Amino acid sequence: MSCCGPTPGFEEMDEVSRLLSGRLAAFLRTLRDNGFAVGLSEGQDAAALVASGYAARSGLLRSAFKHLFSARKSDWDKFDGIFDAFWLGKRVRSRSMAIGSSNAAKNPSLKGLRDAGGTQGGTQSATDQVPSPDDAPPSRGGEGRMEGASRAENLGEVDFRKLADPEQVAQAHEAAASLAKIMRTRLTRRDMARRRGYRLDLRRTIHRNISHGGVPISLVKRQRKDKPLRLIVLLDASGSMSMYTSVFLRFTHGVLDEFREAEAFLFHTRLAHVSGAMKEKDAARALDRLSLLAQGAGGGTKIGESLQTFNRWHAARVIHSRSVVMIVSDGYETGDADLLGREMAALSKRCRRIVWLNPMMAWEGYTPEAKGIRAALPFVDLYAPANTLKSLSALEPYLARL
Amino acid sequence: MKDRNEIAEALAASGYIADSELATAISLMQRLRRPLLLEGEAGVGKTEVAKALSSVHATELIRLQCYEGLDQSSALYEWNYQRQLLAIQAHRGGASSIEDQIFSEKYLLERPLLSAIRRDKPPVLLIDEIDRADDEFEAFLLELLSDFQISIPELGTIKAISIPHVVLTSNGTRELSDALRRRCLYHYVAYPDVEREARIILARINGASASLSLQIARMVEGIRKEELRKAPGVGETLDWAAALVGLDVRDLHDEPETVHETLMCLLKTQEDKARVTREVSERILGRVA
Repeated sequence: MSCCGPTPGFEEMDEVSRLLSGRLAAFLRTLRDNGFAVGLSEGQDAAALVASGYAARSGLLRSAFKHLFSARKSDWDKFDGIFDAFWLGKRVRSRSMAIGSSNAAKNPSLKGLRDAGGTQGGTQSATDQVPSPDDAPPSRGGEGRMEGASRAENLGEVDFRKLADPEQVAQAHEAAASLAKIMRTRLTRRDMARRRGYRLDLRRTIHRNISHGGVPISLVKRQRKDKPLRLIVLLDASGSMSMYTSVFLRFTHGVLDEFREAEAFLFHTRLAHVSGAMKEKDAARALDRLSLLAQGAGGGTKIGESLQTFNRWHAARVIHSRSVVMIVSDGYETGDADLLGREMAALSKRCRRIVWLNPMMAWEGYTPEAKGIRAALPFVDLYAPANTLKSLSALEPYLARL
Repeated sequence: MKDRNEIAEALAASGYIADSELATAISLMQRLRRPLLLEGEAGVGKTEVAKALSSVHATELIRLQCYEGLDQSSALYEWNYQRQLLAIQAHRGGASSIEDQIFSEKYLLERPLLSAIRRDKPPVLLIDEIDRADDEFEAFLLELLSDFQISIPELGTIKAISIPHVVLTSNGTRELSDALRRRCLYHYVAYPDVEREARIILARINGASASLSLQIARMVEGIRKEELRKAPGVGETLDWAAALVGLDVRDLHDEPETVHETLMCLLKTQEDKARVTREVSERILGRVA
């Protein structure tokens, strides 16, 4: 694949520059592998720069290419390393992200989704084999064998951790994804119906009525433009949540796909921004990319620290006045509970609503005893169970009212 | 066409102390005719780049401040309706003659984007805080930046007389589209290092000595290393330097009291003020040579 395209005067170029354009094409490929969005016109500009003497000094060329090829801060930061590794042969880690690492298999929370998304129910490994801590013998094979129409209905009320056979899990994933879709369409329609002008727009009224000689016959009203609701999902991927993570990952994937504005973060002992990885249309491939980001899942949960990272580095960019932050977590904080309280307070000042979904809440005899959840609850607007598809869809009317 | 050393010198002469990378970016801007996208924390001097650039080229600076809800009629052009109405009412005769008359350039109000492409000498067009504008406006801007022509339905297409030097700035309150990013050259404006910040203070503040400037720059660097909600920008540093010079401070070590009390120029939230206590400010000051 030639990336430089037809450089002007390619035939007349001497041998040296011909070699150089070959190298340049390879360099562009390296950049693309590293996540740079480099197109044809950048390649042409780069070739023009090389031809016009910028290649005389490596420092100058690096600086010029850096401005040309970078598009965001992350590009900017890693460019020098890539450039040096490619052109100067310094040993630098050239690929910062390898796709499809072996860690995916080790991560119990992600395994479920991989099986369901990757193969069409052919796998024998049951996805929720992770034994639930307090539960009676897992009922795998029980409800799973039921046939007919009733089954789909039942699925809505089955606790996610009791889903056993792969087919059923796949179904739950599908349902979660389509639920996200339904939410999005309904929310938009309600948005439209609510719009009505409330103020007179004088400029446009005069413009419209020029044909009447300026007599204001038809009035133009001004209306406030509604910002679409933005949903920010903070998903707990720690060990204690492992039975639920896969379904919520799939739900989040659906939300990102369907909502015009949504962002997703994954946290356990640290926070990772996963919107980019989730943008992958194919759920299985998205999961592959996520497996890397979820490294460390299965350890403790530092919700407070993760929120601190979020507030400090992401909140300003991600949150606007019509944002709902949805935290999916069991609230078992292994870090500092006071910190969690402080960061929740800071977060609640920024966004419109905080929804905390706790899958454990529906368990019999569960009370929010954990230190973490007690510190966080005063700042939560809606604290709801989310262990079945039904409870998940119960959220939609709440979101629509915002 | 100037090379980057000349550009750096010209910028310095106009009061902007640039690093060599920014000078490269500006020379590329001219060579490739691409807009320059500047990102960075608030207060690192992004807007200043455009101002300095306009004085380097000895040309006009046209500024479009973006905000939520910015639309074509306040960014591009609008018809002067009141004048059109007056013309209609004063006019007696056929409709076609008046139509030609009121949709002529005489009745057109130029807004920043239109006026930027209709100058004989290419101006510097600063599109400030593009991240505050809506997605739709960003898409429209992208079209303008690639073709440099504007079509006005009643008047036809207006082609650029000269291509302006376009500088966009973003504070990162919203993710910009990939298309816009690709169209632009990218430069990340970081906080200046101690030496450059000292040179900035020296260039901007009358009465600041070289040693005091260096002390101030070191002190500010120390404060930025504290875990603050809002790290002080270059603008804040200049405010503080001006305050210290105004209070006749010659050496920071002589007057630790004044230093601590004037830190309000740098720390802009209650939380940060509480964090930088007297002890902390003295500890940082102690490390300043």
